[in-house]
Amino acid sequence: MPPVIDPEKCTGCNKCVDICTEDVFYGSKKGEVPTVTYPKECIHFSGCVYECPVPGAIRVRIPLPMMLVYKSEVRV
Amino acid sequence: MEEIIIECDVLCVGGGIAGLMAAIRARELGAKVIVAEKGNVEYSGCGRAGNDHFETYIPDIHGSDMDAFIDELLRTAKGEILLGRDIFRTQFAKAFDIVQLWENWGIPMKYKGKWEFAGHAFPGRTMTHIKYEGRLQKKVLVKEALARGVQILNRIMVCELLQNDSGVCGAFGIHTREDKVFVFRAKAVLLATGKCSRLYPSLTPGWMFNDPHGGVQTGDGRAMAYRAGAELQNVEMPQRHIGPKYFAKFGQATWIGVLKDPQGKPIGPFITKPDRRYGDMIMEVNKLVAEEYKQAGKGPIFMDCTDITDDDYEYMMHWMVHEGNISLLDHMREEGIDIRKHPIEFATYPLRCGGLIVANEKTETSLKGLYASGDEAFGDISAAATFGWISGENAAAYTETADIPDAADNEGKIEEMKVKIDRLKAQEHGPDWEEANIALQQVMIDYAGSVRNEALLRQGLSHLSRLKEKAHTVMIARNPHELGRCFEVHNMLDIGELVFLMALERKETRGLHVRPDFPIEDPKLNQAHIICKKDDMPMMLWRSYQGGK
Repeated sequence: MPPVIDPEKCTGCNKCVDICTEDVFYGSKKGEVPTVTYPKECIHFSGCVYECPVPGAIRVRIPLPMMLVYKSEVRV
Repeated sequence: MEEIIIECDVLCVGGGIAGLMAAIRARELGAKVIVAEKGNVEYSGCGRAGNDHFETYIPDIHGSDMDAFIDELLRTAKGEILLGRDIFRTQFAKAFDIVQLWENWGIPMKYKGKWEFAGHAFPGRTMTHIKYEGRLQKKVLVKEALARGVQILNRIMVCELLQNDSGVCGAFGIHTREDKVFVFRAKAVLLATGKCSRLYPSLTPGWMFNDPHGGVQTGDGRAMAYRAGAELQNVEMPQRHIGPKYFAKFGQATWIGVLKDPQGKPIGPFITKPDRRYGDMIMEVNKLVAEEYKQAGKGPIFMDCTDITDDDYEYMMHWMVHEGNISLLDHMREEGIDIRKHPIEFATYPLRCGGLIVANEKTETSLKGLYASGDEAFGDISAAATFGWISGENAAAYTETADIPDAADNEGKIEEMKVKIDRLKAQEHGPDWEEANIALQQVMIDYAGSVRNEALLRQGLSHLSRLKEKAHTVMIARNPHELGRCFEVHNMLDIGELVFLMALERKETRGLHVRPDFPIEDPKLNQAHIICKKDDMPMMLWRSYQGGK
């Protein structure tokens, strides 16, 4: 859930594991693709995305309840 | 369980802006300094992902009368003022020095070579906030701290203060990843753990970490301070914020737009077109505006940026990044939301816990050897940076004459903490921290929401007391991470109780504390409401603000 890791691209460097203050990756091991152990503790600041050395290896999925509400153009 | 003992002069609890600034300054003055941070200092605290506004008085721009600047600030931008004028005088005598220090350290405080004042301002009035590029501010502060020899310990959650006859003399902490406990023997302790986020339910039921402060600021510092006997202030006064619905984010003054009703009519009297110099101040004058429109059947309300110029759009996007809202921009891009076409619905965010640890202009609390800074005691970036620095200075000076505490001083307390940990780890079946947190949130919102009365508060308090006792005996922690969360819940249970006690004692209606049994705002209570522990019982009193309001 919130952070989504592409196991094909992830090198297991664990930079995301190191910097995550909420420790959603708790229990992950260096050299392996991180596990998202506590997805609901993610605060969606995307620190992990911007620290990741491999573009596209990690992204943050915004949960459905947090989707922005906006006014779309009115269609008659 | 391994026990690690560490000696230092100054222990900074929390590595946000205030904690790091204090650490840097105390180390510069020769103290041995440790920062204990329950997350990672590079991404902890309110400034974790950036900020773009820094409140400062610049004599060359504002003129030589600093009090006139403070008057304007108190009149316009502050809401409920919980601090005396002496605090603001201290802050603004120093804030511009800090701005220049940050600029020298590599946090860009100027825009296109100049001090750029924008946002948090009424058209035609004094501008109080400079724009700055704070996205990487935490990394810069960490680098400066390490360069001076500050020791940073990530993943250490300080859970309890240690005391001896001469005052606060250290703290007890746990590792949130390993089976280890820490005993810090320190001459002085600074609390800088931020606000209390998860006491009330969030904007999105089920996603309690969806909070603009982030979800791990759980009142740890203030709960520890209270248990140790320090004074807290105005804990019963709730706060609410306003921002995009349902993605809870700060940055109201970064939006260049006009808050409008469904028919497209501006809600406030201040602006009718987006203007980069001002936010729409209606949100700061009344953060409840979205809620009031909803209740009155006039909502929803929208942040309308559709009239923004191309230049102002680029300007706003630039500052959204520095305010720490990259993930919000990513979400808009992914969902095809373009603020130039789509007004964004704004909501008044749910109730949150207010209050402070009482600290004077030297950041000293009511306990010897204990200091407090940041949101814990003052609030906002400029205050965190400035009072953090001042804290470091005063704590370092204090340690010159204080002794490293004796090992025998706190054996009983340390043993008590270890027994608590063993019990949380030993039980296989029972409620985890999340279940206890949900139970706490529901009693807080149902019995200490905005509208309160004597009977409701008494009922809530008695339920909360039972809940607290039960939580302490049945909660379980499956690993060190959950152990940390359990201690967070312990802290919030304590803070929740203080909210009830102080709300009962505040026999008036003021701000978001609405007492239909005492409907009038009582001018006699225009003072700081203080609580502290005396002979193990809560004691409350009212006191004038230092230097007036």
